[in-house]
This record gives sequence, C-alpha cells and structure tokens, in this order.
Amino acid sequence: MDWLNSIVQGVLVGGLYAMFAAGLSLIFGVMRLVNIAHGDFVVLAAYLALVVTQALGIGPLASLLVIAPLMALIGYGLQRWLLNRTLGDDLLPPLLVTFGLSVIIQNGLLEVFSPDSRKLQAGAIETATIPLSPDLSIGVLPLLQFLVAVAMIGGLQALFYRTSWGRALRATSDDQSTVQLVGVDNRHVFGLAMGLSLAVVAVAGVFLAVRANFDPSMGPARLIFGFEAVIIGGLGNLWGTLAGGVVLGVAQAIGSKVDPGWQLLAGHLAFLIVLAVRPEGFFPRVQA
Amino acid sequence: MTITRGARASRLTAYAALVIVAALASAPLWAGPSNLNLLTQVFAYVALATMWNLLAGFSGLVSVGQQAYVGIGGYALFALTMFGGLHPLVALVMAGVIGGLLALPVAALVFRLRGAYFAIGSWVAAEVFRLLASQITALGGGSGTSLPARIVVDMAAGRQAREFMIYWTGLALVLVVIGLAIALLRSRWGLALRAIHHNELAARSNGVEVTRIKLLVYVVAGFCTAMAGALIFLQKLRISPDAAFSVNDWTAFVIFMAVIGGIGRVEGPIIGAIVFFVLRQSLSDLGSLYLMMLGLVAIVIMLRAPRGVAGWLHDRFGFEPIPLERRVTYSSTMHESKPEPQHV
Amino acid sequence: MRDLLAIASLDAFYGDFQALFDVSLSVGEGEVVAIVGSNGAGKSTLLKSIAGQIATRPDAIHFDGAPIGGERTHLLLRRGISLVPEGRRLFPSLSVEENLLIGGEHGRKGPWTLARVYDLFPILKERRDQRSTSLSGGQQQMVAIGRALMSNPRLLLCDEISLGLAPIIVREIYERLPQIIGDGMSLVIVEQDIVQALAASRRVYCLQEGRVTLEGASATVSRESIAAAYFGV
Repeated sequence: MDWLNSIVQGVLVGGLYAMFAAGLSLIFGVMRLVNIAHGDFVVLAAYLALVVTQALGIGPLASLLVIAPLMALIGYGLQRWLLNRTLGDDLLPPLLVTFGLSVIIQNGLLEVFSPDSRKLQAGAIETATIPLSPDLSIGVLPLLQFLVAVAMIGGLQALFYRTSWGRALRATSDDQSTVQLVGVDNRHVFGLAMGLSLAVVAVAGVFLAVRANFDPSMGPARLIFGFEAVIIGGLGNLWGTLAGGVVLGVAQAIGSKVDPGWQLLAGHLAFLIVLAVRPEGFFPRVQA
Repeated sequence: MTITRGARASRLTAYAALVIVAALASAPLWAGPSNLNLLTQVFAYVALATMWNLLAGFSGLVSVGQQAYVGIGGYALFALTMFGGLHPLVALVMAGVIGGLLALPVAALVFRLRGAYFAIGSWVAAEVFRLLASQITALGGGSGTSLPARIVVDMAAGRQAREFMIYWTGLALVLVVIGLAIALLRSRWGLALRAIHHNELAARSNGVEVTRIKLLVYVVAGFCTAMAGALIFLQKLRISPDAAFSVNDWTAFVIFMAVIGGIGRVEGPIIGAIVFFVLRQSLSDLGSLYLMMLGLVAIVIMLRAPRGVAGWLHDRFGFEPIPLERRVTYSSTMHESKPEPQHV
Repeated sequence: MRDLLAIASLDAFYGDFQALFDVSLSVGEGEVVAIVGSNGAGKSTLLKSIAGQIATRPDAIHFDGAPIGGERTHLLLRRGISLVPEGRRLFPSLSVEENLLIGGEHGRKGPWTLARVYDLFPILKERRDQRSTSLSGGQQQMVAIGRALMSNPRLLLCDEISLGLAPIIVREIYERLPQIIGDGMSLVIVEQDIVQALAASRRVYCLQEGRVTLEGASATVSRESIAAAYFGV
C-alpha cells in the first residue's frame, strides 16, 4: 500500500511537470524556439503570486486571475520586442538570449527576494485529503493540481484544433512565410504563442509555490523536468506531455521510495532510457 | 597558383605568441602567488571557453552541459590520487582520458536530440553525473571532500614549487588545448566542420561523415574539458558535487566569454576570458547585480554584434591572428584577369 | 481603364544579387495580365515584390494610388493583394477546409465564401476533411487558388499554377478563370506555358534576365517577337 501511495503521489506530481512541459512544447511547436529561461519564468510566477497574495490579501488560486494575464503580457512583449529578433536559421541567438534571460531572472529574484526559500499558504485545502481506503488517501491539493493540468491540456488541445486562433498557430508552425500570404502576422502569432506559454507557466508557478518551498535558484531544474516530460511524451504532442509528466513523476516517486537521494536520478534515468530505446517518445507527432 | 594560409598574419602571430608565452612562462619570477593563482584560473577558463567554442561555434553542438566534464575531471583527479596513488599531474592527464571515454556513451544518448534540445539534453547528462557523484561516499557524498594533505605535500618539494608546478601545468594545458583546437580546425575534419556549418544537408550529401566528425569534436572537448576540470580542482584542493558540476561556474561564464569574445573565431574565447576577468576583478563586489549585467551584455551582443569582439576586430580592421582558411592566390601569368584571392 | 497596380522602375535584390532591373508595369482594374519568361527571368521575384515578400522602395509599387512597396505581406492582403505561390504551399497540418477558411479569416469581405469556392471546385467539397497533402497536385492547386480567393482580393497573383500538372488539369483550371474574375477582379498570371498565358490574358509582358523586353496586347503580339523577347535572339 505504501508503494501504491508513492505511485499515486508520483502521478499527481506528473500533472505539474506536464504544465511545465506544455508551455515548452507549445512554443517549440509554433516557432521552434526553446526557452532556456522557461523554468525561471515558473519561479518568477511563484514570486509574483507571493507579492500579489500579500498585497491584495487574496488566496493563491485567486491570484491567478492577476498573474496569468500578467505573465501572458510579459510573454507577448518579450517575444515581440526581443525574441522575434533572434529567430532565423542560426540556432545560437535564441538559445543564448534566453540563457541570458535565465541568468537575469535568477539573479534579479535573488536581489529582490534573497536566497531564502518561501512558500505560499493556501489554508485548509493544503492538508485536506480524500481517503480512498484505510491505507490510501489522496491530497485535495495534489488532485486539484492534476485536474487543472488535465483541463489545461484539454483546453490547449481544443484551442489548437477547434478554433481559428489554433488554426493560425498551426499554419504558422507549418510555414511562417506562407501564413503571411493569408493575412496572418507571424510575429504577432509568435507573440501570442509565447503569451500563452507563459500563462500556462503562471498556473504551474502558483501550484509550485503552494505545494513546496521555492527559491530563486530552482528554475533550471523545472526547465529540465518540463523538457524530460516533452521528450518522453513525444515532441509536439500535448497529451503526450501529460503522459511524459506522469512517467517522470512516477519514476521520481519510486526512486525516492528506494532512497531519498535517488529521487531526481530515477527521473533522469527514466528519461535517458526512453531516449535510448524510443528517442521519438511515446506519442510522437510532427505538428503541435 | 599557390595555396597559403595568410602567411604574414600567421608569422606575426607566431612571433607575438612566442613573446607572450615566454613572458607567461617566466611569470613565477615576476608575479606573486595570488597573481599566479589568478592567471591559472584564466588559463583554465580559456581552455574551457576554447572547447565550448569548438563545439558551439564550429560544430553546431550547443552544449549547456560541459560542466559534466569539469566535474568528471575533478572527481577523477581526486579518485586517482587518493585511491590510485597516482601523481596529480599523471592523474590530470588520466582524468582527461576518462572524460574523453565517458563522452562516448553520453554522445550516444544526447546526439539523438537536435539543436536546442541537444543543449538541454547535455544539461541533463551533467545533472546525472552530479547526482551520481553525490552518491560516492568515499569522496564525501553530497558534501564533498578535500584533497588529503599527504598528496598535496608529496606533489612537489615545498609550497612554492607546488604553486609553480600548478601554474606551469595550467600554462601547458591552455597551450595544448588551443593548439589542439587550431590543429583540428585546420585539418581536413576542420574543413568538413565548416562545410557542415555552412550547410549540413549539402555536406552530408557530399559524403562528409557529419555524425562521426561531430563525435570526434565532442570527445576531444570532453578530454580537454576534463583536464581543465582536474586542474581547477587541483588548485582548489577541495571538491563537492555542487561546485564540480556547477552550470553557472563552468558553463554560463564560459558561454559569456565565448559570446563576448566572439563565437566561431579561435581568438574569441581568449579575448572573452580576458574581458571577463577584468570585469570580474572590478565588479564582482556587486554580486548578483554583476551577473545580471553579464546576462544583459550577452543578450545585447547576441543581438547587435553576434560575432563578438573578435568578429568586430576582424570586420573592422581585418584582424585575423589565427587564420584557418587556406587562401588560393593566382599568379597573374596564369590568368589574363587577376581574380581576387578567394576563400576556399 | 484605371490602373489598379502601377510599378515604376522597380529594382529587386536577393542579398547582393540583383534580380530585377528597372521594371515598369501596370495592371488595370479587372484586367488580366500575363507575365512570361524563361526560368530565372525574374517572374517570381516580381510577384514576390508585389506581395511584399521582398523588400522594395516604397514608391516603386503603387496599388490603388497608394505607395505600397515594402509593406508587409499580411497588410497587403488586407488591401486586396493575394498571391497563389509557386508550389502551392498549402499548410500540411490543416485540412482542406481549414486551408480555405484560414484564407478568408483576415481578408476583405466580398462575394467569395466557402460555399462559392466549393461551387467552383466541387471536388474540394468531397475532400474537405482530408489533409491537404493527401490530394492530387491539381486538387492542391485548386485549394491554393481557393485559399487566395477566400480573402476576396482585388488583385490576384498566380505564380506558375500549371507547373507540374497534367495538361488536362491545367485546362480545367484555366476554364474556371472567367468565373474567378467575373466580379471585376484583376489578375496577373505568371507562366512558362506561353500559349496558355496568351489565351487567358489581355496584355502580356515578357521578362528576360530581370528586365522587361516586351509589352503588348496578347491577341496581336507575334510569336516571333515573343521568341525574341523570351530568348534574347
């Protein structure tokens, strides 16, 4: 039962990893951009939640109403005024510019908030559980996090495949030059994609802040978790990111059950094994 | 028709290099211990940046995981001296060999990832090595260990002799690394690398074995980076997983040096490392503000002058101290019209 | 006839390579103009310049009286310039119908709707849910034309629409031209197939090595003068 408990926890944490991954997958799908600062934006969102909840006296989940649009705006602006200039045939400029952003965000957070770790208080919901059997119970908050991840990925999926917005995103992903011939401004679409990615990141950041302690240095590890979930799930498939997140979460849970020092290692090993035996991931698809 | 390699520039550079190397080699005569220490750090960083540049600037292998090899080199040095009884200098070279060998299985995995995803994949590999290192209880696990006093003492006769030895090792290392990079880039593999950089598909279809050449570069970089790592931790005398596999210290700074100095030019990392250390000596009191500034500088350079200081010197003044391309010069008797010298 | 499109002394470059030299050309409202020339003569470059895919001097190209040279492509579409690109360039991850719908999303309002495109090319209605990549070359060309029409252009630019298609399919597409331009749309067709181009157009320009070497009425221009302008003999 102990093992089952760990695995269930792993699955639920996988939802958070899927949120990291979905934002990463989205911008790679639309504009082949890999944002090295992705994890640092997650942490930035966590700190924004800290500020907003304290300033407005609202709960963490309510703070999303402010933070998600704010992060989306930051993403749009960043893409239009900075990252669009780096896109082209050369791989280095977008990588190194987002790498520079990562360093700036991390150290900016250090400067403003100090290296001390923080946590967001969500009240009674944090400790509430749903007992499934005498030995097995599920935390309400982890469950909520998982359900939000599923809903978000379902929502993104619907957006991509059911709306004219998604049509423009997919067409831009196919051919950013021809899409202009049908009146779509590719630069604007890139901005929207980054805005959407950071809105997803905002949700992930708030859940991160409620679930555990956070500090300015933990961004890169979130980037890596998101990346591993993307590759395990298969590049360019949104539901795949959920599967990838769950695989990663379960691997880490099993690892830490064996030995607390093995938690991260087990996750990385799961990723490396997938890379070795099935480099295209479980659910590959070319388009986002 | 003659094929030369910018002979005059090369000769000038050779003389200048000779003077500089002679001055540096005699540094123990004129510099104090703290300056020798600083210079050794510069040597190690030039070696790291040269190898990162070889990967990212010439081979399209943008790695954010070279700290893996710094850590491997450091840990190999500690293990080989502590448990193998090797002299630290022998262990340093062996550490390089271990780094080169470990690069093979790593490449087998991360080479499956393309472009930017290769970058993060290489980072994951470094994380794996960091986590594995923290499992080695004989080397202090997560909190690390110091090099035992007897090894330090046995290294050379006296403190000063040890300092000189580490300094000269650093100088020798950086010369070997730069020399290796130039030799590699001037070889037929180097020519192929530039062909790949120009157009990977075309190079492939012309029979260039893209993957094998990239693998060669990756292994050479693993070898040299691990030796640099061994040197760094021989100088520090203390190692821990977080210090040995630090992405900030061994990759972020190195990338800044390459970006500022000039990616894709051999002299770039050397210039970049000097600029970096000058900035660090004068601004490091600012702490995280200093790092934010570095990030900003890297972004601005990437957008405004992506070829860095070396590229700017080259475009503006024709400064090319280390020519890689061969020049074809046609004698005027062979052609009626005299074509301009062409790059091949 | 009032000029809808007027090009005066247009030069165009790909990096250092100059592809067009001092090209002047006009297209009247509701007029069909053909541009012929051999491979590499600059025909596609000319269309790309008009559609904003290649930077040009602002006053080199006027559309409906306004200087539009170098304006961005998606804005030109809103003015009513639509290009059917060479090689069709459909969006592979979109279905046939989605390819058509996206064509109409940002364009002008007008008579062209999904239903009307399906009337024009009934086969597309049958294939509406398929991926565009699963269609035959001729059907893909119909989607490309339909996609451009969905934006209700005032000026339609067609780049080598017969390229790689069977003659019978080409004839089928050209037979639809009167229906396409029925509402007073202007049309520029770039073709290597001179006979087809002359038959469909009112006036013809011949390009050679980036320069206009001949301009005339399609009905009266002689084969000899075309050949001379085409090959430079």
